[in-house]
Amino acid sequence: MSKTISFVLNGRQRSVQVDDPEMPLLYALRNDLGLHGPRFGCGLAQCGACTVHVEGKAVRSCTFPVAQAAGAKLLTLEGLGTPERPHALQKAFIEEQAVQCGYCINGMIMQAAAFLQTNRRPTDSQIKEALADNLCRCGTHARIVRAVKRASESMA
Amino acid sequence: MLTDQISRRDFLKTSGALVVTYALAPKAANAAIDPNDLGPKTVAADRVDGFVAIDGKGVVTVYSGKVDLGTGTDTALTQIAAEELGVPMQRVKLVTGDTLLTPDQGPTFGSLTIQNGGVQIRQACATAREALLDRAAQKLGVSRSDLAVQDGWIRGNGKRVAYAELVGDRRLELKLDAKAPLKDPSDYTIVGKPVPRLDIPEKVTGRFTYMQDLKVKGMVHARVVRPPAMRATLENWSDAQCKQIPGYLGAVRKGSFLAVVAHDEWAAIKAASAIEARWSKWEGLPDKAKLWDHVRASRVAKDEVLQNAGDSAAALGAAPKLLKATYDFAVHTHGSIGPSCAVAEFKDGKLTAWSASQATHLLRKQLARMLDMSELNIRCLYVEGSGCYGRNGHEDAAADAALIAREVGRPVRVQWSRADEHGWDPKGPPTLIDYRGALDANGNVSAWESEAFIPERPGQIAVTLVAADLANLPKEASHPGNIHQGLAIPYAVPNIRASAHWLAETPFRPSWIRTPGRMQNSFGNECFLDELAAAAGADPFEYRVRNLKDPRGLELMERLRKLAAWTPRTAPAGDAGEIAKGRGVSYIKYELVRTYVGVVADVEVNRRTGKVRVERFFVAHDCGQIINPDGLRNQIDGNIIQTVSRTLIEDLQWNRSAVTSVDWQSYPILRFPEVPEIVIDLVDRPKERPWGAGEPTAAVVPSAIANAVYDAVGVRLRSVPFTPERVRAALKA
Repeated sequence: MSKTISFVLNGRQRSVQVDDPEMPLLYALRNDLGLHGPRFGCGLAQCGACTVHVEGKAVRSCTFPVAQAAGAKLLTLEGLGTPERPHALQKAFIEEQAVQCGYCINGMIMQAAAFLQTNRRPTDSQIKEALADNLCRCGTHARIVRAVKRASESMA
Repeated sequence: MLTDQISRRDFLKTSGALVVTYALAPKAANAAIDPNDLGPKTVAADRVDGFVAIDGKGVVTVYSGKVDLGTGTDTALTQIAAEELGVPMQRVKLVTGDTLLTPDQGPTFGSLTIQNGGVQIRQACATAREALLDRAAQKLGVSRSDLAVQDGWIRGNGKRVAYAELVGDRRLELKLDAKAPLKDPSDYTIVGKPVPRLDIPEKVTGRFTYMQDLKVKGMVHARVVRPPAMRATLENWSDAQCKQIPGYLGAVRKGSFLAVVAHDEWAAIKAASAIEARWSKWEGLPDKAKLWDHVRASRVAKDEVLQNAGDSAAALGAAPKLLKATYDFAVHTHGSIGPSCAVAEFKDGKLTAWSASQATHLLRKQLARMLDMSELNIRCLYVEGSGCYGRNGHEDAAADAALIAREVGRPVRVQWSRADEHGWDPKGPPTLIDYRGALDANGNVSAWESEAFIPERPGQIAVTLVAADLANLPKEASHPGNIHQGLAIPYAVPNIRASAHWLAETPFRPSWIRTPGRMQNSFGNECFLDELAAAAGADPFEYRVRNLKDPRGLELMERLRKLAAWTPRTAPAGDAGEIAKGRGVSYIKYELVRTYVGVVADVEVNRRTGKVRVERFFVAHDCGQIINPDGLRNQIDGNIIQTVSRTLIEDLQWNRSAVTSVDWQSYPILRFPEVPEIVIDLVDRPKERPWGAGEPTAAVVPSAIANAVYDAVGVRLRSVPFTPERVRAALKA
């Protein structure tokens, strides 16, 4: 029997029909709701590519059961900002050109967005610690740290 | 569900794939078809219209066989085309890696996208511009020499005509003129500028469509069920449990290739774990603890001398001082953050395959062979995926999808799991190199010998498709890439013999990973040279410079010396404390014919824990004409950081049956807190030809770190990765 699960996604009420309430939220967001921001990287909560915000907290949507999102406020990269109206972090990532293949970047931005809520003026080493569980294979780390720093300064 | 519905019964009807065995019968697909059916556009690489089209609105479309693997080359190629044609970048569209539309410019590898692909496109654009100037001269009645191009307009004597008007919607039916004059680089306004990358705004806002995001109408989802042992055969299977899963459609089995198909992705994932399969035992992998004995004992298919000067054997015999050392380099995985993904569709005897393949033309050949089809009936399209850094699993996912789609009769999406990617992507092969060197009475290198033990290269550059292998279908042997490159040395030594023992076997399906062979060979070369310098009591920087005759290389090293504020050192620093600091140098002229890179690494070694920390890299880089300096810096950062990871941490794990490092815990990579500072000096030579930058810097990273560790604590690290255990063992020895 399929179940309906409703939540507020990027400010809009949305719902999905799922056969399995244990299905990770990632698949609902990507396949049922057509989002491209959260990405499948490992399915093990090890890399961070799938990061979204649930009630303002960064979570790994690849292991977060969709049923647990019922009634919650969800935010994805798409909800953070758009090319026309980018969030300070998105703007800073563009200004620092802090992308290579970009597959990990969703996680970098979403993790950093949650982090900057708790530390508005972080040092470089605090940024590095905050992103220590987000993996990048292209080696864009130095630029990503600069982008987060730049965003924190612009948000101050 | 976004896919339109097909029932399990329909699936059974259309595929027949639930039967345990069935033939992949060659269908009528082999019949020749009219090439015009494939589209009107030429893909010939000697035609301007192979590469460039201009429409009636003045929009330029550039067709590139080279693709952007996340390195920013789409932006750089757009810069090159816009510059040479004299149009704004905004008016240039790029189509890449589509076998129906783009010329075959070879796989996107080897740091050749700008150097070869970009130069071809530039020449096509120059040919087009010259022809359009001729047409404009005639149309306007203005002398050719009075005309100038700007923003897609040709102007002269107060008259003007737009490209759009000169071309209309017709094709630029021109033969590519290899001698068409190129724009003078001193007039460049786009090339050489740090133009922001075109893809980044979409990538940071979730608008970008990666391969993993692609949806094709009617698409179903599949997962391949991998054998628990690499070469195990499938003995029996049952999908009785899968039938409980809503959305499950069925299984496809061919030989030892087994896959499950479902309406939605999560059902396919659940079915892949629910399916019961019995596999044969297989324990054919070498004992990892004795890998190098295994490599040394492997059958040699062929010996090849790669560099030969003077008489190294005689010089070694006569030398007053002799050094010997063996260097080895671990097996590495590509480690793409996004596991490979592809979609394939069979329709009317034709196959369309979307993937992030770095080589769609080669993939088409391989798929044609595997499926016994004509290449003319296959179209492979590139859709950007996660960075691949060489031949990872993208092509294999395409083959999986094609094999399943042929049976299912619906478009099929195959998404590899993390364990698929880590366990089943082809690997950078183990590399072992023996060195012998001699010093003369003045401390100069009088003889140099190297012998590399590396897997052989069958004729064609291709990597066996896993699906073809598992399903016992026709396939190519795996080629590891040109991994002999970089063994020859750039130094003036009177007696040299660098040779390869091409091995007939290697434990894992080999392929190229960023800087294949050049990284491993430069590691050995530049470390062993450091050993000779130390034995001669010479400063390693000075020792390199003393033996370099190439003026461009010498200029680079002088810039590096200043950048790093190098101070001479003839013996290890010998810090007594727990933390010892050191710096090491390394140099390469890539393949002895192109990009020059010199680096200095600053490291800290913790004597107690054995942990090596790379604090800083100084990089001097000369790749000739720079197309986009910011893109270049981004690539250099990537080369350094990724290779620090490979050098310090990465080491594929396996038992006698299979790869066991199948996630990020068992195959860790460098994390943010360990990332070094990077200081770069770019040598720009706008009048020279552009060379590649995707690989060369990576080549010198392992050796610079090893040499810095020696400077810090006086021990030589000759096995990559430099794990704390190995460092502690070296310190105790």
